[in-house]
Amino acid sequence: MKDNTRFEIRIAGFGGQGVVTIGKVLGQAFTIHEGLNSVNTRSYGPESRGGACRSEVVVSQSEIHYPGVRNADILVALSQTALDTYIGDLKEGGILLIDPNSVKHVPEGVCFYEVPAMEIAHEVGSVKYQNSVALGAMAALLNGRIKKESLALAVAENVPEKTMKKNIEAFERGWAHVSVALNLVI
Amino acid sequence: MSVASLAKKENGTCPPALITPGRHYLEGSEACVEGALVAGLKVYGGYPITPASEIMEHAAQRLPAVGGRFIQMEDEISAACTLIGASWAGGKAMTATSSPGFSLMQEAISFSIMTETPLVIVDVQRPGPGQGYITTSQEDVMQARWGHHGQGPIIALAPCSVQDMFDLTIEAFNLSEAWRTPVLIMAEETVAHMRERLIVPDLDQIRVVPRKKPQDLGIAPEDYQPYGHDLVPPLADFGEGYNINHVSLAHHPDGNVARYNLDMHRENVVRLHEKIEGNVDAIARVESRFLDDCEHVLICFGAVARTGVEAVMEAREVHGVKIGFLRLVTLWPFAENQLRKLINKVGTIFVPEMNLGMMVHPITETLRDRCDRVVSIPSIGALHSPETLLEKICEAVKC
Repeated sequence: MKDNTRFEIRIAGFGGQGVVTIGKVLGQAFTIHEGLNSVNTRSYGPESRGGACRSEVVVSQSEIHYPGVRNADILVALSQTALDTYIGDLKEGGILLIDPNSVKHVPEGVCFYEVPAMEIAHEVGSVKYQNSVALGAMAALLNGRIKKESLALAVAENVPEKTMKKNIEAFERGWAHVSVALNLVI
Repeated sequence: MSVASLAKKENGTCPPALITPGRHYLEGSEACVEGALVAGLKVYGGYPITPASEIMEHAAQRLPAVGGRFIQMEDEISAACTLIGASWAGGKAMTATSSPGFSLMQEAISFSIMTETPLVIVDVQRPGPGQGYITTSQEDVMQARWGHHGQGPIIALAPCSVQDMFDLTIEAFNLSEAWRTPVLIMAEETVAHMRERLIVPDLDQIRVVPRKKPQDLGIAPEDYQPYGHDLVPPLADFGEGYNINHVSLAHHPDGNVARYNLDMHRENVVRLHEKIEGNVDAIARVESRFLDDCEHVLICFGAVARTGVEAVMEAREVHGVKIGFLRLVTLWPFAENQLRKLINKVGTIFVPEMNLGMMVHPITETLRDRCDRVVSIPSIGALHSPETLLEKICEAVKC
C-alpha cells in the first residue's frame, strides 16, 4: 500500500528570497483550497538573511507520516549552492526550476525550466516580489496538480493588502514566463 | 490565512477571540497558542529563544483578544516565575522556551511541584549541551523528569503533529488543573515549525477542566487548608477571602512553615508522588498500531513517531517484517503498566530517538523480560530518515 499520490517539492536558496513563504503558500493552497493533505517544513541557518535556507512541501491524498522530502518531484533552486546541494535528491524525471541569474551551472543531462524571478520582480516594482514570481512559475509547472486560482488565492492571503496587486502581477508574470516554455494556453 | 484573520467574527467588529471550528493550515507554534487560548490561557510570561520564539510572538498577538495578559520578562527564570504568580491569582498561565532556557526554568518547576501550582511550560527542544545548535532534538526528555531538584513527580507530553500541538496543549492545561501540578509539553523544532492541516472541532465539544476550588466543595474560608482536604487539594485564588500561604519549604497542610516536622514532610512528599505516580493509567497515554501479530516492535515518541510509523509500514509491506508500532504520547509519568499489557513477547524492540539513547532506558527497564533485545537508534540534530530506520530494522531481523 505504498502511497502513490505522494508528491514532494523542495525550495532552496538564501534567506531573504522568500523561500519559507513559497513553501507556506504552496502548502496552504494544496490543503485549504484543494482539500489535499500537505506538510510544510523549513530549515535555515542562524543568520536572518543570506544563510542557506530550505522549505519543503509534501503533498498526498493519504495521511502524510514522514514530513520531509525523500525524493523530490520538484526542486526550485534559487542559488547555485542550493542546486549543488539538492540536485542529487531530485527524482529521475523530476522537474528543476532555477533562476538563471543566480544559478549558472546545471549538470549535464538535467532538464530544467528557467524563471528570472529577481529580474521580473524588479520590473514589477521590487525584488521582494520574487517569491510571487516563483510561485507563478510553479503554478504553470504544477498544471494538472493544482489549479492556478488556488495558488493565486493563497498568494493573496499571505501578502499585505497594499502590495496584493503587485504580488498578483508578479505571480501572473511568473506563470506567463513558464507557460510559454510549456506551451500552455495563456 | 493569518492567525488574526482566523477568528474573524461573521458580524460586528469584535476583536477576534478563539479560533473558528473547521479546517486550518497552521504552524505547530500557532496551533499550540490557539489550543492554549481554547483551554483558557490568560497569562503568558515569555523570553525569546530559537526555535520557540514563534509561540511567544503568537501569544503576544493573540492574548489581548481574549482579555489576557502578555509580558516579556528579562530572562527564562522570571518568565517561569510569572506563571506561578498568575496561577495563584486564578489565571491559566503558560510559557515556551527551548533547551538552554528550559534549564533555567527548573527551579520554578520544582517550586511549582511543591506548591502544587498548575501551569504549562512548552520546551521546543534543540540540540545541546550548552547553547548547542538550533535544529531539532529530543535531548531534554530526561531533564523533564529529573532536571528539577528533589523527589517531585512531573507530567510531560510529546506532540507529533500540528493537530497534537493544539490537542495536547489543551490536555496539558486540563491535566495541570486536574492534578494541580506543572505540566510540560516536550515539543521539538520539527513539530513547532511544521505546517499542516489542523481540524478544530466545535468549541463546545472540547473538554476544558476547571480548577478545583474550595468554594465549590463547600469548604468555608476558616476551614480551608491550601495543601489539605484531599489527594489533590482544592486551590483558592488570592483575593477570594481564603487565607493562603504558598510555601515551597516543608509545610503543614494549612501552609504553616513554623509548625512542621520530618514526618509531616515525608507524608507530603509521598502524597505529591502518589498523586501522579499512583494515577499513571489515568494520566498517561500511548498509541499503537500493528501490535496484534507483531514479532518485533518499534517504540518512539514526538516527531520521530512520524518517521517511525512510515518505516514500520514499509517494513511490513515491502519486506514482510511483522513489526508493530507504539508511540508514547505521555513521556512522564512513564506508562509502565500499559506497555507491559500491550507487549507480551517480541524479538527486537527498536527505540529511535533524537538523542543518543534516553527513553530507551525506562523502556528497557519495563520490557526487559518481554524481548530478546533492545536496539537504540540515535540521531543528533535531525529527524531520522525512514531509510535509516528501515536499514536498522532489516539489519536486526535479517530481511
